[in-house]
This record gives sequence, C-alpha cells and structure tokens, in this order.
Amino acid sequence: MAEATISLNHYLMLSGILFTIGVFGVLTRRNAIAILMSVELMFNAVNITLVAFSDFVTPAALTGQIIALFTIVVAAAEAAVALAVVLLIYRSFKGINVDRINFMKW
Amino acid sequence: MLQNAWIIPALPLLAFVLIVFFTHRHRALSAGLSIGAIVAGFIFSVTILFKVLGDPGPHEFYFKWLDFGTWDLQMGLLIDPLTAIMLLVVTIVSSCVQIYSVGYMQGDKLFSRYFAYISLFSFSMLGLVLANNFAEIFIFWELVGLTSYLLIGFWFEKKSAADAGKKAFITTRAGDLGFIVGILIIFFACGTLNFQEVFAKIETGAFAGGLVTAAAIFVFAGAVGKSAQFPLHVWLPDAMEGPTPVSALIHAATMVAAGVYLVARTMTIFAASETAGLVVAIIGITTSFMAASIALVQNDIKRVLAYSTVSQLGYMIMALGLGALTAGTFHLLTHAFFKALLFLAAGSVIHAVHTNDIQEMGGLGNKMRITATTMFIASFSIAGIFPLSGFWSKDEIVAATVGHPIFLVLTLAVAFMTAFYMFRLCFLTFTGTPRDRKKFDHAQESPKSMTVPLIILAFLSVFAGWVGIPWLEHGYSSFVYHHHPHHAEPSILLMIISLSIGLSGIGLAYLIYYKKSISADAIAERFKPLYTLLYNKYYFDEIYDAIIVQPCYAICDFWFWFDQRIVDGAVNGSATLTIWWSIAKRWFDDHIVDGAVNGLGYTVRGAGGILRFAQTGRLQNYALVIFAGVILIWFLR
Repeated sequence: MAEATISLNHYLMLSGILFTIGVFGVLTRRNAIAILMSVELMFNAVNITLVAFSDFVTPAALTGQIIALFTIVVAAAEAAVALAVVLLIYRSFKGINVDRINFMKW
Repeated sequence: MLQNAWIIPALPLLAFVLIVFFTHRHRALSAGLSIGAIVAGFIFSVTILFKVLGDPGPHEFYFKWLDFGTWDLQMGLLIDPLTAIMLLVVTIVSSCVQIYSVGYMQGDKLFSRYFAYISLFSFSMLGLVLANNFAEIFIFWELVGLTSYLLIGFWFEKKSAADAGKKAFITTRAGDLGFIVGILIIFFACGTLNFQEVFAKIETGAFAGGLVTAAAIFVFAGAVGKSAQFPLHVWLPDAMEGPTPVSALIHAATMVAAGVYLVARTMTIFAASETAGLVVAIIGITTSFMAASIALVQNDIKRVLAYSTVSQLGYMIMALGLGALTAGTFHLLTHAFFKALLFLAAGSVIHAVHTNDIQEMGGLGNKMRITATTMFIASFSIAGIFPLSGFWSKDEIVAATVGHPIFLVLTLAVAFMTAFYMFRLCFLTFTGTPRDRKKFDHAQESPKSMTVPLIILAFLSVFAGWVGIPWLEHGYSSFVYHHHPHHAEPSILLMIISLSIGLSGIGLAYLIYYKKSISADAIAERFKPLYTLLYNKYYFDEIYDAIIVQPCYAICDFWFWFDQRIVDGAVNGSATLTIWWSIAKRWFDDHIVDGAVNGLGYTVRGAGGILRFAQTGRLQNYALVIFAGVILIWFLR
C-alpha cells in the first residue's frame, strides 16, 4: 500500500460529497437562508475541483486557482444580491419560507 | 363733335354705376344723378340733331373691338337722321318719365335701385340706337331685354310681377334666337357685320336672293319679339305689372320701338326681298288688328294701353313692310310722345285711386284736371284728330297702304277701333258718376313732379307731328327716308276719310259711354261669343299654354320620371347590389377570416391552459427540474 497520500480522487470525492450535500440542501430546505448556504456549498465544491485539477494536471500554471478566486468574488456579489432579495421577501411576507412565495404560478 | 356722341349713353351708365356703388342710400342724390345724366344726354342729342340737319351723313366712327385677323368686331357709332331722331325721342321720354317717377315712386323702399335700373335702361337703349353693326346692336338689344326684365319684375315680391318678368324675358328670347340666326346668315354671306358694308353688298348684288329673304325674316323675328308682334305679343300686356312709369318708358315709347327701329335701320335688307317685306307687312297688320280688337273690351286701364301699344307697333311694322320707312319711323316718333303721355296719365290716375280697373273709376275729370286734360289730348292724338301729331303720322301710314286694298281697309278699321277704345277709356275714367265712392273721395291730383312731365308730353303730342306736315318744304319726309325722299302728293281725300273714321270712333264711344244712349252691356250680350273671344284675348295665353307650356311640362315630367326611375333606379340599383355584396363579404370576413384568426388564438390559449399547470410557483420544483434536466443531459450525451 502506498503511503497514505492525498490524491486527486480524494479531492474529487470531497468535492462530490460537498456538491451533493449542497444540491440536497437546495432541494429540501424551506428556509431561504439555508438554500443560499447550500448554494455556497455547491460553489465551494466546484472551487475545490478547480484548484485540485490545476494542482495535479498543470502544477506550473495557476489557472484553476485564478478561476477559483474569480468564483469567490462573483459568489460574494451573488450573496450580497441574494441576501438583499431575501430581506425584501422577509419584509413583504413576514417570513422567509420559500413555499409561501408561490404567487408566480398560474 | 359727332364722334363724341358716345357720351350720351355713357352718362346714364355712369349714373348707374355711381348709384349702385355709392349713392344708393341717398334717395334724392340717386334720382338727381339719374335725371341729370339723361337731361344732359337730351341737350347733347339736340345739338346732334342740328348737326345732322346740316349734314345728314351717315357719319360713322368706330374702333376695332376684337380683331380676328381676316375680320374684326367693331364698336362704333352710326349717326344719320334716323339715329338723331331716335336719340331725341329716347332722351325726351326718358327725362319726362324719370322726373315723373320722383313723384310716382316716392315712398318705395327700392327708390334708388329703380333709378339705377332706369339709367341702365337708358344706357342700353341709347347704345342700341347708336350701334353701327349687328353684333353691337345685338349686345344692347339683350341689355334692354335684361333691364326690361328687371323693371317688369321690379315689385318682385308680387308673384304676378315676377312671372310677368319671366314671361317677357323668355318670350323675347324666342325672337332673339331668330335674330342671332339672321345675324349669322348675314355674317356668312357678307363676311362683315357692319351695317354700311352689308348694305353696300346688297346694293351691288353680292348678297341677294333667298339668302337675303332668310336673313331678313330671321332678323325680323328679333323685332317680332321685342316689339310684341303677333305671335310673340303675349308678353307685353303682362309687362304692365311693372311700375307705370316703366310701362310708359320701356313698354310703350322706347324699348318696344327698338324692333321697329331695327327694321328701319336694316331697311335695305327688307327692301331687297319682296317676300320678306310682305311677311313683315302681314305680321304688322295682323298684330295691329288683333290687338286693337282686344283693347275694345279690356277693363284694366294699363292693359288697354298695352294692347293699344301692340296695335300701334303693328302699324309701324306694317308701314315698314310696305317700304314706307318715313311713315313707320314718323309714327314711331309721334307715338312715343302720346303713348308715354297716356301711360303717365294712367299712372297718375292709378296713383290717385289705387286700382287699375276702369269700371271702378268714373268722374275723375273734375278732381284731376291736368291729368284728364292731358289724357284727352293724347287720346285725340292717337285717334288721329286734326291737327294733332297723331293725325299726321297716321295719315302717312294710311297713305303708304294706298295700292294695297286689304291693308288699306284693315288700317282704317284699326283707326276706328283705336279711336273707340281710347275714348271708351277716357269716358269711363274721367266722366260720369263715380262707380266707387270710397276710391273717388280718396282721389286727388298728383304732385307737380308728375304733372309737369304730363304737360311737356302733351305739348309734344300736339306739336311733334307738325315736323311731318306734308306741305312742308323741308319736313320729316325730306330728312328720314330710304334711298330717296318720298314726296307723296298729300291727298286731302285720304285725310278726310281717316279723320272722319277717327271722329266716328269717338262719336260711338261718346254715345255708348257718355250719353249712355246705347247700352254697352246689351251689345256685349248681343255679340256674346265675339265679346268672350275678345275679352279672353283670343285665348292666346291659353293656346300657348296648351301647345307650348304644357307639352314642355309634359316633356319635363317625362324626363323627371326618367331621372327618378331609370337614372336614379340604376344608381340606387348599383348601390343595392353593392350593399348585398358587402353583406356577403362581411359574412365571409366575420366567419372565415375572423374564424381563422380566432381559431389560432383559441388554439394557443388552449395549449397555454394545459401547459400552465407546469408553473407550480414552487422554487424548489424548478430547481429539481433543473437538476433532473442536467442528469438527463448526462444520460443523453
């Protein structure tokens, strides 16, 4: 058995587990804040993948890391917008349960 | 001097323009302008007469009005003794009538307009007299027709007056159509319309034969209309609806004499064709006899005078037809004065009693001395009593018929009837007992402005004829003549015959209407059919109504029916078809086109209705679909 090193597969599995937890959270949670947190999990799962691939496949170039940094920036912006939306929803509906925001239907 | 004669017609035209545009609000000023213009024209005419007496001419002055290259239309003056005499007649009568009108029309709300019309008439009539060619005379001819129409219908609120104006205009138009045809014949035969040039062509024989006869008869048709000759005489009695001074000026003394003047002016044409001359003479004597017989039984004072006018015009026309230019125009001259006087005196009577019916008058002689005296003078004159002017001119006409026995007999018969109906009129109006007390009490002599013209005209009715006394060395007959002076040996016998006939006419009227020794009603009863025929004026109006007016109406009715049924039917039919076609198209539009459009809409809406159930509004449903989609894409890769 090779010495216990952390290989690419470990990273990918971690990433997959995190992504799955995120998807599960988005689909099942009713709290808008919780859904946003789950989305953040999915972002970060993707960031791990990007950094892992960059480190293992092209160690010389830092392309994956750069993209991950971009993603973090964009996610921060997204979080700011999304939290503002949630705040407005809270003011309108006195709550943030997404089931109650169902007026955009037929 | 003579070339300035255009000023004579120009002055009344100027007065007309000034009245219409500037002074129509100022009654006295309007009348003054009009009278001033015509009196100035009268003075000028006198000087022209003296010039022409010195040098008879003919003097001609003209300018080219319209130049058509090979020929031209002229505007000009032709002054010869006939023109000079006519100028004098028109200006004298017009002056008297206008002065008289100041009194007669006083109080009429269209006072200024009346004088404007009278001035326009004077302009037209004087222009007609001075014209030197057929085109110019035709223009003025129509202008006098127009003013005649305007003045007959002057009181146009009255339907009978408006109708009379129309009748006069339309009837004379019938004659004028002939006139214009005559002018065209002359133009195409001679290539000119100038009187002198046309006459020259006839003298040289370049214009002769049947064409001259046709031209003469067509030109005469114009005279028949204007001078109210048979069969177009029907308008003149109706024209009495106009104000009485107008009747005196236009429908007795001047305008109706225009027809006579036209024949006299174009005498050369008539002299060139024996047939045309005969036609003219026959029409003249027929008219004269017919109108005189109608005048015997009429009761409207102005209608009696109107028929008398027609009858006297017939005299003149007959004389011209027989080639006696001197006799015809001499009678025109004297007739203008005594007939204008008769009308103005009748107007004075009407002014006093406010009725035209002589059966409602009577005994007015004591109340209206001047009117009665002047009217009797005029009646003696027209009856041809020595030595008044009518005697001399009537004698000339009788002399002209010598050698034509039928004409002679009829002429004398007319002379008898003329004397009778004139004195019937005078006796019924001025003598006897008043038949209508109320009207009689109301009556009084007319104002000075009316009686003074009567006196002037009475003076002329007596003396104007003396210029034509046959024993005069340089009388009328050596002044106005055709070709060569006509110096018929004065026949004492003829004079005595015509005088005695006139006197016997007066005597009969005296017996019936003054002495009442013969009952007028009994005579009327005895000759009932004849009386009825005359009283109804030979039924001319009824006959014309039946053969011209009613067929016209029938034709109009037919075309009205055609228009209403066929033309309008076609129009309405096509409209109906269009409506039906539109209804069909509307159905197609509503059901087929709209059906397709709506069907598409319904389909889309139906599909949307089904698909909308996919929109749950649940955020997580959408997210689930997204993940399911991603996974699906993975498998379908």
